[in-house]
Amino acid sequence: MSPWRRRRGASSLDDSALDIVAGNGLIDRRALLGRGFAIAGAAGAAGMTAAAAEPLIDAPWSREVGAVTPPVQSPSPFEKDVVRALSNPNGEFRTSHARTPHQLLGGTVTPSRLHFTINHCGIPDIDPAQHKLVIHGLVRQPLEFTLETLSRYPLVTRMAFVECAGNSAGMFAKEPLQAPAGLLHGLVSNSEWTGVPLSVLLDEAGIDPAAKWLVAEGADAAMLDRSVPVKKAYDDALVAIYQNGEHLMPGNGYPMRLLLPGFQGNMNVKFLRRIKVINQPAYSYFETKNYSQILPGGKTWRFHFVMDVKSFITHPSFGLSLKEPGLYAISGIAYSGTGRISKVTVSADGGKSWGEAALQGPIHEKAFTRFVMPWRWDGQPAVLQSRAYDDGGNVQPLRAEFVAMRGEATKPVTTPLAFPNQHYNSITSWAVDSQGEIKHVYA
Amino acid sequence: MSTPKSLAALAVALAFCAAPALAQNASQNAGLGKPITESDIKQWDIAVLPDGTNLPPGSGTPAKGATIFAQKCSACHGDAGKGGVAPYYPALVGGQPLTNGIDTVKTIANYYAYATTIFDFTRRAMPYNMPRSLTDDEVYSLTAYILSLNKLIGDNDVMDAKTLPQVKMPNRDNFIMPYPDRL
Repeated sequence: MSPWRRRRGASSLDDSALDIVAGNGLIDRRALLGRGFAIAGAAGAAGMTAAAAEPLIDAPWSREVGAVTPPVQSPSPFEKDVVRALSNPNGEFRTSHARTPHQLLGGTVTPSRLHFTINHCGIPDIDPAQHKLVIHGLVRQPLEFTLETLSRYPLVTRMAFVECAGNSAGMFAKEPLQAPAGLLHGLVSNSEWTGVPLSVLLDEAGIDPAAKWLVAEGADAAMLDRSVPVKKAYDDALVAIYQNGEHLMPGNGYPMRLLLPGFQGNMNVKFLRRIKVINQPAYSYFETKNYSQILPGGKTWRFHFVMDVKSFITHPSFGLSLKEPGLYAISGIAYSGTGRISKVTVSADGGKSWGEAALQGPIHEKAFTRFVMPWRWDGQPAVLQSRAYDDGGNVQPLRAEFVAMRGEATKPVTTPLAFPNQHYNSITSWAVDSQGEIKHVYA
Repeated sequence: MSTPKSLAALAVALAFCAAPALAQNASQNAGLGKPITESDIKQWDIAVLPDGTNLPPGSGTPAKGATIFAQKCSACHGDAGKGGVAPYYPALVGGQPLTNGIDTVKTIANYYAYATTIFDFTRRAMPYNMPRSLTDDEVYSLTAYILSLNKLIGDNDVMDAKTLPQVKMPNRDNFIMPYPDRL
């Protein structure tokens, strides 16, 4: 059934039936919520007549018994192109990562098999029966946990996005890279995570009240480690053992990972095997180098942990051309590392005018919120943008504002897989031409 | 405590509280963590802190490091750390001023705040194909070699648990914290 609704009493689909809230055909979001009639096939049916329709027949799959029910479901073969983009498809001896194809997904939960992953030294093949997590350092009693013992605690479930600090880094380029949303922004994904609050485990070990830092370490070959404020551990950190209802995917930290909602992905240490309570940050390699940022003028940021408020349009976007003028749902993802999304505005005229999008609830803090904006495309060029606001008063910066603060790459950026800098959270602009083709632009 | 039922309950309670420390935990917490000692964790306890905490005994020199580097590191990082197959295997020597731009390549000399990070990461993760195969003396020597290549210590300086944390890295005071209230 079409989500499109029109106002009660309106008898035909034209602009008079729909409240225009911003330039280039943006329609009041309440058109999605009204109790009027569904406008079935509204996008193109207006010119069709009954005589033009093909008679309906039974398709071959309706005339034979289908496949045997399998123990584990896989997507339809017709979904074979819904795959992650790889940074190192030939398996060269270096870091490899995979990006979530946001332009091919809906809703807010990233299917686990499509969750992004970055592996600096491969994905370890961990036997959960032998994996151990130790908590030690400035504690009364060092403790050892297993997957089995963690499973016996009262577990907590929450939604949370995880975003690499280098997500969207290609947008530091001076010229807009032509790439789908999943290549530009695919290093963020959103899951339902289930685990034990880290505070419970720290309390059990008897943490020194004066301790300010932890160092969390993984069981991968490089024993990737990051320093984490104790304050965050007691705010909302989990030792996660389930992802979307099943044990974690190997690339997402099987059998257990640290989950620090809203903090840089790299700090959400995968394959978690050790937490040491310490009295100073460790200045590990990754917090020293990769996940620290150079600012215009040469100063540098460290411990910029929070992923700031951000949104991007997934539908339509680069690679998803519009077939014909008519009604479309502009849809995308918004999230903030500090709280809940409070509002998303959308522009179809490159930021000259903005209308407020509908938010699909429930709206969780530090998690994806999908926004939807009804739009009637008249076939003329348009520039689509989204801008997110969170309940802490933070606003996604316009590109000019962002560049003034954070700068642009000085050298050409030839691929969206590059990381010229980090923590990019400005807006994305998709330009629709009169043929319905979509380009990435700066506007 | 006189009935068989309560005796059985006591026996169960004792079985779950074999050690006094665990009994104390159990009174406050779930008590599912198994108590262990710091000596049990010794082999995993590798994180070195900037003030030198947790640096192991041992020492190394740039000269010894040069020999080890040629054998175990230069295949990726190039001769004398000048860089291998860019951009994946970074150079370990040199670096442009950070004022060149926000995309300046971060190096040991132009970026790292503490020399202990070089020791920690080399011991933890290098060589890439054989992590933790180096002895502590070898790691001290490689760290000394890399620091000397970058003219951050003298060619004959010895690196050990006392001298390494004292190496002043050029970019140390150039960092700012955007949100100190979050720590």
